[in-house]
Amino acid sequence: MTTTQDPKATDGPPAGASQALSDFSLDEQQNSLGDVFRASVMRLKSGDLGSVPAILAIVVLATIFGLARPDSFLSLLNFANFLDQASSVIVIAMAVTFVLLLGDIDLAAGFTAGVSGAVLATRLQDGWSLPLALLAAFGVAALLGLFTGFMVAKVGIPSFVVTLANVLLFQGILLLIVRDGGSVRINNDIINDVVGGTLTPAQSWIIALVGLALYGASQYRKYKLSYGAIPISLVWIRMGLAVVLVGTVTALLNQNRAFASAPLPITGMPIVIPAIAVLVVVLSFVLDRLRYGRFLYAVGGNREAARRAGINVTRVELSAFVCTALVAAIGGIFLASRVNSVDSNTGANDTLLLAVGAAVIGGTSLFGGRGRMINAVLGGLVLALIPNGLGLIGKTTLVGWDIDFSSSGVKFICSGLALLVASSVDAISRKRTA
Amino acid sequence: MHDVATQPRPAGTSATPLLEATGINKSFGPVHVLHDVDFAVYPGTVTALIGDNGAGKSTLIKCIAGIHSTDTGTLRFDGEDVAIGNPRDAFDLGIKVVYQDLALCDNLDIVQNMFLGREILRRGVLDEHAMEMSARQTLASLSVRTVKSVRQPVASLSGGQRQTVAIAKAVLGHSRLVVLDEPTAALGVAQTAQVLDLVRRLADSGVGVVIISHNMNDVLEVADRVCAMYLGRIAADLPKDAGMSRETLVELITSGRSGSFGLVDGIVE
Repeated sequence: MTTTQDPKATDGPPAGASQALSDFSLDEQQNSLGDVFRASVMRLKSGDLGSVPAILAIVVLATIFGLARPDSFLSLLNFANFLDQASSVIVIAMAVTFVLLLGDIDLAAGFTAGVSGAVLATRLQDGWSLPLALLAAFGVAALLGLFTGFMVAKVGIPSFVVTLANVLLFQGILLLIVRDGGSVRINNDIINDVVGGTLTPAQSWIIALVGLALYGASQYRKYKLSYGAIPISLVWIRMGLAVVLVGTVTALLNQNRAFASAPLPITGMPIVIPAIAVLVVVLSFVLDRLRYGRFLYAVGGNREAARRAGINVTRVELSAFVCTALVAAIGGIFLASRVNSVDSNTGANDTLLLAVGAAVIGGTSLFGGRGRMINAVLGGLVLALIPNGLGLIGKTTLVGWDIDFSSSGVKFICSGLALLVASSVDAISRKRTA
Repeated sequence: MHDVATQPRPAGTSATPLLEATGINKSFGPVHVLHDVDFAVYPGTVTALIGDNGAGKSTLIKCIAGIHSTDTGTLRFDGEDVAIGNPRDAFDLGIKVVYQDLALCDNLDIVQNMFLGREILRRGVLDEHAMEMSARQTLASLSVRTVKSVRQPVASLSGGQRQTVAIAKAVLGHSRLVVLDEPTAALGVAQTAQVLDLVRRLADSGVGVVIISHNMNDVLEVADRVCAMYLGRIAADLPKDAGMSRETLVELITSGRSGSFGLVDGIVE
């Protein structure tokens, strides 16, 4: 058996060239676990790193912070808190993935989230029912996305310029909605529980089991459809890892994680976990299994080829901005839910940069054509780990220097460096695969 | 207006031409690009279209492919008058064009590229398995033996393999006439042989093939007929066995005539 790759054996887009005198030998070959492993190594060597750097970064950062602050960083409370911190950036990162796939960018996605959150909050305050208020929020987001998409796809202004203008435009709208400097409280329990709320331990187990069952079913389906390219042992290994990971996390989160002095115990899985899991599954389905997703990748890969293949490039680009805005609106709900209110800073400051950074750190290309939804999650976790861990380290003396790691300055510098490293990986791997 | 000196129709011409263009004229503003062009493609034959830059090859092809409309002249496909008003019409007739730049998406794999824009869906969801099988079948029918996996991204393919994929993409499904614009321009020796081989097999399967080329060796190797254009006219339309040599072809391209072949009267207006 040859020691070359079989691209089918793995989830990500395969890479690596070869020209052998056999027809489709790789498509019909029965792979062993070793073949799959070698294929993955080949793919990494060819420059297609996917989300490997992000996973490595999570492991390395967690190890460093865990060693430095074992009591606080590794506490259950911090773990749950960290997930809540990461959630809104992850959702907005998933939102911008749509336009990043086309090679475009949406610098105003953070404010789209802010405006949607503000619409939701003010509608609820005016006594609208939750479904109506949500409809209004998503409606406004769709309009904002349509506007951006029109300017980019129809008028032909580069997305960077349009969305740079939108940063001011949407921030202005946000200020008008929340009436300069004010803040709008949200008293709806459902919205407030999205971030910060927890499931009961029983519900947590049910969600965990349902998730595992669905994962198992999807892995089995892939195995069946691969006709031998994926060995059954790989399915078992993946399933085993998933059971251990999900089981451990659920069991840990079901323990009381409140401070000893707290009046009430906190138990159960944070609601953000299933919420983000559902989003990832749904949006990945759009990208991987629907024709529309294929069109996004095609336009991002080669616009002219897509046009000649009969794809309406303008419509794809316009709709991508609408998708970004709609998912950003969900991010807006997360932002609002975290602090139970909306003000003129919702979605402002570094929200957008962190979101784009999360997508890129996860392995989504800024040049278009390459990226997945799970990248946003992994990258979002990296970017949430940095301030979380640094904040807990606080003031320390390191080789004779007194450094306050919890200061915003240090946090910004570290996040910025992480983003630079990630985009260097993107640019360099692009050179190697091109 | 002018005579084409040679009229011996090539072998196999008893069959109706697959595509017959008669008296095609095309102007862009004041520039008269095509002058009374007669052009025919027969099923199962490779017709080479040669000519210097600006001779009108591309314009003629674009008229056939529905990208340009013709000013005057008729197009017959399978012996019936047809109007090709847009690329879709040409596509529906089974006329496929592989342009020089190939237009493949590097980030997509071979199957995804071949089915781009006409994906097979099952209950609204992409049917990857059906597309993969069909892609393999098409490649196998072209006797493509150099592709190890139809799931490798096009970025990882060699120039010859990319050309192969582009041709396979063109012939996927219903195809009667395939036009190849300089298919070997960017290829090395071995890969050129590979692609010419494929062109031959394509014609042997009954498809009419038009190949635009500047490489006279390729033309002599693969073409059954040669159509030389000079300043917007057909200077010669010769069967392969009419005694052409490299020199004949080069003279036809550069001056519109060569010995007894070519335009009889002056060409310059």
